[in-house]
Amino acid sequence: MAVLAMRDALNQALREEMKRDQAVFLLGEDIGLYDGSFKVTRGLMKEFGEKRVLDTPIAEEIIIGTAIGAAMSGLRPVAEMMTVNFIMVAMDQVVNAAAHIRYMFGGGTKVPLVIRTPGGGGHQLGAQHSHSHENWFAHVPGLKVVAPGTPADAKGMLKSAIRDDNPVMFIENEGTYAVKGEVPDGEHLVPLDKNEVKRPGEHITICAHSRMLIVAMDAAAELEKEGISAEVVDMRALRPLDMAPVIASVKKTSRLITVEEGWRSYGVGSEIASRVYEEAFDYLDAPVARIGAAEVPAPYNKRLEKIAFPGKADVIITAKALLGKN
Amino acid sequence: MKVEQRPAASPSKDALTDKATLLKLYREMLLVRRFEEKTAEMYQAAKIGGFCHLNIGEEATIVGTISALRPKDYVYSTYREHGHALAKGVEPNAVMAELFGKETGTSHGRGGSMHLFSQEHRFYGGYAIVGQALPIACGSAYAINYEEKDEVVMSIFGDGATNIGAFHESLNAAKLWHLPIVFVCVNNLYGMGTAVNRASAVTEIWKKACAYDMTGERVDGMDVLAVRRITDQLVAQAREKHEPSLLECVTYRYRGHSMSDPDTYRGKDEIKEWQTRDAILSLSDQMKKQKMLDDQEIQKIDEEVTAQVEAAVKFAEESPDPDPKDLYRDVYADQVAS
Ligand SMILES: Cc1ncc(C[n+]2csc(CCOP(=O)(O)OP(=O)(O)O)c2C)c(N)n1
Ligand SMILES: [Mg+2]
Repeated sequence: MAVLAMRDALNQALREEMKRDQAVFLLGEDIGLYDGSFKVTRGLMKEFGEKRVLDTPIAEEIIIGTAIGAAMSGLRPVAEMMTVNFIMVAMDQVVNAAAHIRYMFGGGTKVPLVIRTPGGGGHQLGAQHSHSHENWFAHVPGLKVVAPGTPADAKGMLKSAIRDDNPVMFIENEGTYAVKGEVPDGEHLVPLDKNEVKRPGEHITICAHSRMLIVAMDAAAELEKEGISAEVVDMRALRPLDMAPVIASVKKTSRLITVEEGWRSYGVGSEIASRVYEEAFDYLDAPVARIGAAEVPAPYNKRLEKIAFPGKADVIITAKALLGKN
Repeated sequence: MKVEQRPAASPSKDALTDKATLLKLYREMLLVRRFEEKTAEMYQAAKIGGFCHLNIGEEATIVGTISALRPKDYVYSTYREHGHALAKGVEPNAVMAELFGKETGTSHGRGGSMHLFSQEHRFYGGYAIVGQALPIACGSAYAINYEEKDEVVMSIFGDGATNIGAFHESLNAAKLWHLPIVFVCVNNLYGMGTAVNRASAVTEIWKKACAYDMTGERVDGMDVLAVRRITDQLVAQAREKHEPSLLECVTYRYRGHSMSDPDTYRGKDEIKEWQTRDAILSLSDQMKKQKMLDDQEIQKIDEEVTAQVEAAVKFAEESPDPDPKDLYRDVYADQVAS
């Protein structure tokens, strides 16, 4: 067990999988010679050569398209989209092609492909570099979508994603690359379809994924000091969406808050809330509370940006309100 | 629209003179023609649903290009791909069954006319988003290089597709990465109702290769032997030198864009004029002149091909629909809850 930053845990997963399987290769913009915009792929071109770590033109459609065709022809590509904002110029390849090919060709081929890409805001990057869109992908049958929030899960889920025979959207977060945590050495696999309780509690359930998992854990620690015991469920598996730990938790706490970094409307929290209403309505003592980004394009100004994205205080205030303690 | 032909680089003529080869090309073109005529009939009889785009008129381009490939070479195509699948060796039965939406179809009734597929025949699919398949075809070509195989990819698309970003991204990457790929533009002069000169700043599509320092050729897409000769060269270039190319085949679709197109944007004279240059008739005339074929033989081939198509219809008719309990099959490669 070593303490690693998220980016290094991801790097370790890539390195181990590339060593294990010759069919695994990486492609993306500036992932090789430049070592990656966020240094996730640092050193890999030097180690594995230019064929297995392919620096591409700034041409997102060819990146995803090449990955799809290579996947259909026996390879296991891991494509990096520099940030999730840029994947929009390649949405046709992701949705109309990667997600649909297997089904529309009657199961005649498989598309074992991973698309790694970070979302997230909070760095004064404005409306075109700050958003989170995992709900868009999680809407689409044919894709798997995961968004880990700890270095250990990042490593374990990336390794599982690379071995999976489906297109997997692997959503990272710019704000978590430097976050450190203990990471098991060597073979460490985390399933793509299992959510889990990251902090047990009694009074209220908080669901969160990716960077918001960290926010939720911080909020829970603070609430503890005030005598409120919050259970935090990590929603790292978004599609397929593993609801079992949420339902079990709500049956215990009867109160639920969902936290996501993206906009609330038609969001991850909306989906979780619907499923809780369907499966555990009678256990609820209060309506589900959804926390998300302010419904504006991300502003540049530091103060505006701070209030536009959800933080610890929002979770604490909402938890107290749900428990009638403010 | 008037088109000037650009004589393709003149390869040795002797490659394509033997009777067996010519007969094979003739038979394949006729199969596409008869299959598509029957498809139109079945569409009108409401046996086939959805969109349906026919290859009638484009047979020389289809057979001239695809016949130059080996079984392990890949073909990527568009929604106008029935003929491409047949030319790559996919059984007429499975193609017709797919058009009928049956479980025995190439895509088990999940794809339809626009999404034929056969991994076994390396027919890597019909794609219904204009330009979408070019980047994916590049991926197969990248895999060929990666695994150091001597296979080739043929990526086929329309004139309309050469104005979309994915076309340019693909040509750039293919040249940059030395991909063993031949891009085949089926220039049938129209994208739906929009003539090439109303959609493309450069109406001679082959010239677009110049921007990527790539071999570009234009050939008479109504002349199966000319198409085959130039394709042989470009396929060899891809296989041996890992140099991509763009081949423009100038041809014409006799029917509307799809079965629902009333064809009001072009003159009947124009259609008639192109029909006088029909590729199938031209080849049989040429073979008759060279005493390789007579009317009796022509009729015999036609009867055989027609019987093949009739058998395909019978097979499709008699095949079962997909079982409703299999609605969710193959969304994922493994069992996944929604
Ligand atoms: C991205 C996209 N835009 C529009 C369409 C609708 N559409 C289908 S075929 C077509 C014309 C394409 O023309 P061309 O590439 O010349 O091929 P052809 O049909 O002539 O074989 C259009 C506009 C589409 N399928 N995909
Ligand atoms: Mg056209």
